[in-house]
Amino acid sequence: MTTPVLEVKDLRVHFLLDEGVVRAVDGVSFDVHPGQVVGIVGESGCGKSVTVKAILQIVEPPGRIVGGRILFRKDGASAADLAELDPKGAAMRAIRGAEIALIPQEPMAAFSPVHTVGDQIIEALRLHQRQWRPEGSRLSRGEARQLTVELFRSVGISMPAERVDAYSWQLSGGLRQRAMIAMALSCKPRLLIADEPTTAIDVTTQAQILTLLRDQQRRDGTAIVFITHDLGVIAQMAHHVVVMYLGRVMEQGAVADIFDAPKHPYTRALLKSIPTVRVAPRTLLPTIAGSIPHPLGRPRGCPFHPRCPDAIPGICAERVPALRPVGPGQRASCFLYHRDEADEP
Amino acid sequence: MSAPALLDVRHLRKTFSIRRGFSRKVVGQVRAVDDVSFTIAEGETLGLVGESGCGKTTTARCILRAMTPTSGEILFRAADGRVVDLAPLSRAELRPLRPQIQMVFQDPFGSLNPRMTIFDNVGEPLLVNGLRDRRARLDRVASLLELTGLRPELMHRFPHAFSGGQRQRIGIARALATEPRLVVADEPVSALDVSVQAQVLNLLLELRTRLHQTFLFVAHDLAVVKHVSDRVAVMYVGQLVELATTEAIFGRPRHPYTAALLRAVPVPDPHAPGGDVALAGEVANPAAPPSGCYFHPRCPFTTETCRREPPALREVAAGHLVRCHRAEELTLQGVG
Ligand SMILES: Nc1ncnc2c1ncn2[C@@H]1O[C@H](COP(=O)(O)OP(=O)(O)O)[C@@H](O)[C@H]1O
Ligand SMILES: Nc1ncnc2c1ncn2[C@@H]1O[C@H](COP(=O)(O)OP(=O)(O)O)[C@@H](O)[C@H]1O
Ligand code: SF4
Ligand code: SF4
Ligand SMILES: [Mg+2]
Ligand SMILES: [Mg+2]
Repeated sequence: MTTPVLEVKDLRVHFLLDEGVVRAVDGVSFDVHPGQVVGIVGESGCGKSVTVKAILQIVEPPGRIVGGRILFRKDGASAADLAELDPKGAAMRAIRGAEIALIPQEPMAAFSPVHTVGDQIIEALRLHQRQWRPEGSRLSRGEARQLTVELFRSVGISMPAERVDAYSWQLSGGLRQRAMIAMALSCKPRLLIADEPTTAIDVTTQAQILTLLRDQQRRDGTAIVFITHDLGVIAQMAHHVVVMYLGRVMEQGAVADIFDAPKHPYTRALLKSIPTVRVAPRTLLPTIAGSIPHPLGRPRGCPFHPRCPDAIPGICAERVPALRPVGPGQRASCFLYHRDEADEP
Repeated sequence: MSAPALLDVRHLRKTFSIRRGFSRKVVGQVRAVDDVSFTIAEGETLGLVGESGCGKTTTARCILRAMTPTSGEILFRAADGRVVDLAPLSRAELRPLRPQIQMVFQDPFGSLNPRMTIFDNVGEPLLVNGLRDRRARLDRVASLLELTGLRPELMHRFPHAFSGGQRQRIGIARALATEPRLVVADEPVSALDVSVQAQVLNLLLELRTRLHQTFLFVAHDLAVVKHVSDRVAVMYVGQLVELATTEAIFGRPRHPYTAALLRAVPVPDPHAPGGDVALAGEVANPAAPPSGCYFHPRCPFTTETCRREPPALREVAAGHLVRCHRAEELTLQGVG
């Protein structure tokens, strides 16, 4: 096994609101190895975006990292705990964008409307030019522009030399997302985080974007954290899957194990209930009872217990199950497997 | 189709003007719906699919007469057996027909009045329709809530007390209040959490099966459409490109666009072959569609004829309509 580039350990991010505390991320752990695509899947509001914002230290107030460690390893170096770094400090700024790049959930908001997309990438390239010029010589504006055109070409933007001078609002959804990917890749990050990069675009464009990310990952060995609520996309993209629900990891494991032999009742129910193009027309789907609770009305005990068909009386509503091994490389947080392994509530 | 058509849409067109600048000068036309024809039989669910911007919502809104079509006919068989063309009717003429065609919206949060209880939200169309007796309304609302899987005793609460899935059930109960002959549902599950989509899809399917409710079901998600539809119509740049039974569309698609859409859907199975990009390029601009077949710049089977001549929508097998010059000779892969 390689040494992980990123280890998230028992991460907790809470929002202290007047109405109460939203425990958006409440004990999340997972590792990302070099060259691996880790898919984080979960329904809206389960804490996917807050988790990756915490990794980059860009959680908006009143959100705060209240616990856990985020160990990030540069080449051959010892791990730094990002949770300990000053969000505005030089160390964090050197990592953000250059070492860890984010494709945010709202690509429209990620580009400034008053500068061309090319200028924004050229700016980023010059800011983090050490990634391109390790020997320390300066990257001229002309060279940065040329690199940007090349990047545009490599992400499949036609007429790249013209598109560099476009504003983000002049681009179609698919092109904007490609430009966003070009920007994220511009500094050759060790880790790329893609937060629902295809949720707002159509299936045929989605297929193009997914292929692009997959090719990129194969070519450069970039580690990717890929976030989505779409289990189909996860199956096609991820090597390793992390299933989240209400701020906690329900299950994680190799993609084949999660889909072929899911252990956690939530994973099992979700896989059975999603409509797919493969099943016979007009068949009733197995359903999951109830709905996702309000963020301020988090249930006690196992977060899934009010909807769980297998809940154990007297146990699941009282204590929080810990994430424990359930097979080779597979872990689940469920008392069905480890009756006595409870976490801090 | 042996059952008589409840709805018969013929050559429907809706064109929007693109205006620019200070004087709001018309600089172009978007053919949002471009000569669309289809029928829906009584008790049938017709799925309408296609990528965003292809004209699904505009088609639905024309049928609901939330907008006036540019041209074409919308023949509707009313409860009294008369066949009425909704397209040219005035507001006043439409009013008595409104209860017979109802709508389920995409956004379960925006479609209910937050200051009214569930009883008032669901009961309002009944009141508008002349059911003044409160007792009778209470009974009717209770049975509607039961029908849609909600506890009637919750009817005096306000919408904010309900989850997205529950609000969508309330929206469906409201749509059913006047016993409409046709329900138009535009993306009714796409705003819902994945774990509650199945509940609402099952409900719609049960209404079709048990009550023989007729639906026009609009969605961009092919899997969702497959779960509820008897027949499926596929749109591309304002036009129907294929229309057939759900079994035929998914099992033996005959239009290259339909086949490409099916292949692009990621399947929740890591062993399934995936990753081949079925379609290059992007959806054509409806304000400046390509010559000939609108799909030709992206189609892997394009010929000279395709670039030049627009294909007509033709019946290539019983009940299977396709807009493609090469429909007979191509063998396209379905998903079963
Ligand atoms: N700025 C914020 N203020 C208050 N609560 C927030 C804020 N951002 C996120 N949350 C809460 O944190 C939880 C997780 O949100 P998020 O990570 O965005 O979910 P996901 O990305 O999985 O859809 C949600 O319950 C949300 O309400
Ligand atoms: N009110 C409008 N004014 C101008 N153009 C419109 C209007 N409504 C829709 N369109 C255009 O018509 C086309 C079809 O839109 P729509 O029916 O909403 O598609 P869909 O529901 O399939 O996503 C799009 O190009 C859209 O931009
Ligand atoms: S811990 Fe209990 S409630 Fe939670 S998933 Fe396992 S069985 Fe269900
Ligand atoms: S008419 Fe030609 S271009 Fe159009 S779908 Fe058929 S083969 Fe493709
Ligand atoms: Mg998110
Ligand atoms: Mg629409």
